[in-house]
Amino acid sequence: MRLINREPSRPVAIGLALLPFIALILAYVIASQIRLAENPSDKLLPSLATMGESMWNIAFVPDRRSGDLLFWVDTLASLQRLFVGLFISGAIALFVGCLAGFFPYARSFFAPFVAAFSLIPPITILPILFITLGLGEAAKVGLVVIVTTPAMIRSLAQAILAIPEEELVKAQTLGASSWQIITRIFLPQVWPVLLAALRIGLIPAWIFLVSAEAIASTEGLGYRIFLVRRYLAMDIILPYVAWITLLAYLTDRMFAWASRVLFPWAHLKGGGL
Amino acid sequence: MSFVAVSDLYKSYGPAPILERVSLQVPRGEFVTIVGASGCGKSTFLRMLLGQEQPDRGRIAVEGTPIPGEPGPDRGVVFQKYSVFPHLTVLQNLLLPAEIEKSPWLGRLFGESRKAAKAEAEALMEKIGLSHAAKRYPAQLSGGMQQRLAIAQALLKKPKILLLDEPFGALDPGIRQDMHELIGEIWREHAMTIFMVTHDIQEAFKLGTRLLVFDKVRHDPQHPGAYGATITYDLKLNKPAIASGNGPDESEARPGDAAKEEAIP
Repeated sequence: MRLINREPSRPVAIGLALLPFIALILAYVIASQIRLAENPSDKLLPSLATMGESMWNIAFVPDRRSGDLLFWVDTLASLQRLFVGLFISGAIALFVGCLAGFFPYARSFFAPFVAAFSLIPPITILPILFITLGLGEAAKVGLVVIVTTPAMIRSLAQAILAIPEEELVKAQTLGASSWQIITRIFLPQVWPVLLAALRIGLIPAWIFLVSAEAIASTEGLGYRIFLVRRYLAMDIILPYVAWITLLAYLTDRMFAWASRVLFPWAHLKGGGL
Repeated sequence: MSFVAVSDLYKSYGPAPILERVSLQVPRGEFVTIVGASGCGKSTFLRMLLGQEQPDRGRIAVEGTPIPGEPGPDRGVVFQKYSVFPHLTVLQNLLLPAEIEKSPWLGRLFGESRKAAKAEAEALMEKIGLSHAAKRYPAQLSGGMQQRLAIAQALLKKPKILLLDEPFGALDPGIRQDMHELIGEIWREHAMTIFMVTHDIQEAFKLGTRLLVFDKVRHDPQHPGAYGATITYDLKLNKPAIASGNGPDESEARPGDAAKEEAIP
């Protein structure tokens, strides 16, 4: 049988999927052991045990100065910023995207501006946000909103434009008013697109959230990483990076799952990621 | 006065005329089939009957009143595809017309009114043979099932006129046969006036009581786009239209009968 026609069985597929992860961890452990054998106080590649110990201290032992469990405080702060930001950008995108999708006048008004705005390098806006909004939460949430909104507006408007005109005409022959067409025909078909847009927005949202926290913050996952960098604390940085990755993965899966459960009709054709 | 009266219709897209000098009188209960080459304006004509497009000149009147400038519930439609709503199940698609009618703001029904609408939808599903698929979405239905659903959904508003734009064009020959029987039954039972655009000349003869051929009568070889199409043949197919009041004559009106070939000029 040709190689292109061979499909792995489920256990083999799972094994293959796990292989790169295991290989990475194994390579790390070996490299770490080699370095630690030469110099037991080496900080660059701490052993898994050291990382576990450091993480235990930061997660379950109250901080000596503030009395907080820093790991959970950081996680909560970052997730809160992320979700507040995504919620706001989702709401803006839904509103503007629908306007641009429904009304040609709104499309002419918004489309070029959104296209131009989306090309501003977001990190250059950060100083502006810090100066105008101060160093508090607003600036960080604002950055998440700015980096995710333009692309979401575009995909929502595009999705509305892609709804066949036949559906619109058919709804009118069933006696539907403009309001009923928007609420019963258009909006229900927009929700899964909004969820998909949020998933795509997650990547830039995390990137720029961590950047903003690194520059000015008092807690948060990005803040912590850049703080302990001064002490070369790889035993904190590496688990934090893994944790952020895991959180991003879980959020993405959560949105994907929600879309499949809430809007099964949107997942009937083709295989989705 | 005829039921549908079309007088001296003219329509162009930009400088190119599509239809010109189209006039037509259709009595109630007629099954009008429309054939013609691609791009001859037969779908444009149907869209103007629907109100989706406006004629540049001329007028279309139903029962003496010019049709409004937008689609409405007195004229139902089934397209070749996209005629049902992909985000609603079969049952939800069939509940939608009642929900739209009785709940202007929420677009949803509860309690007794929902039960009544559901009973009507279920009876209809039974009739078109989709009861087993009530909870399926259109994407999970075959092409024939989707079109049956689309027809059923259009019927729920009890339109006086049903417009069909190549409704069976994408279906397999066997399925098409079944659909012909279904549409024939529906036409006789509901005493509707039907306009159907089709590519399939046999289908046009088999189903229609009247066949319209759209074509260009004037040609300018130097400028092929100079003239629009009009009705070049208007054939009575010797099957009685369903006159309101009289029951259809079963032996004559059965759409399975061979078309009256001698009607072809």
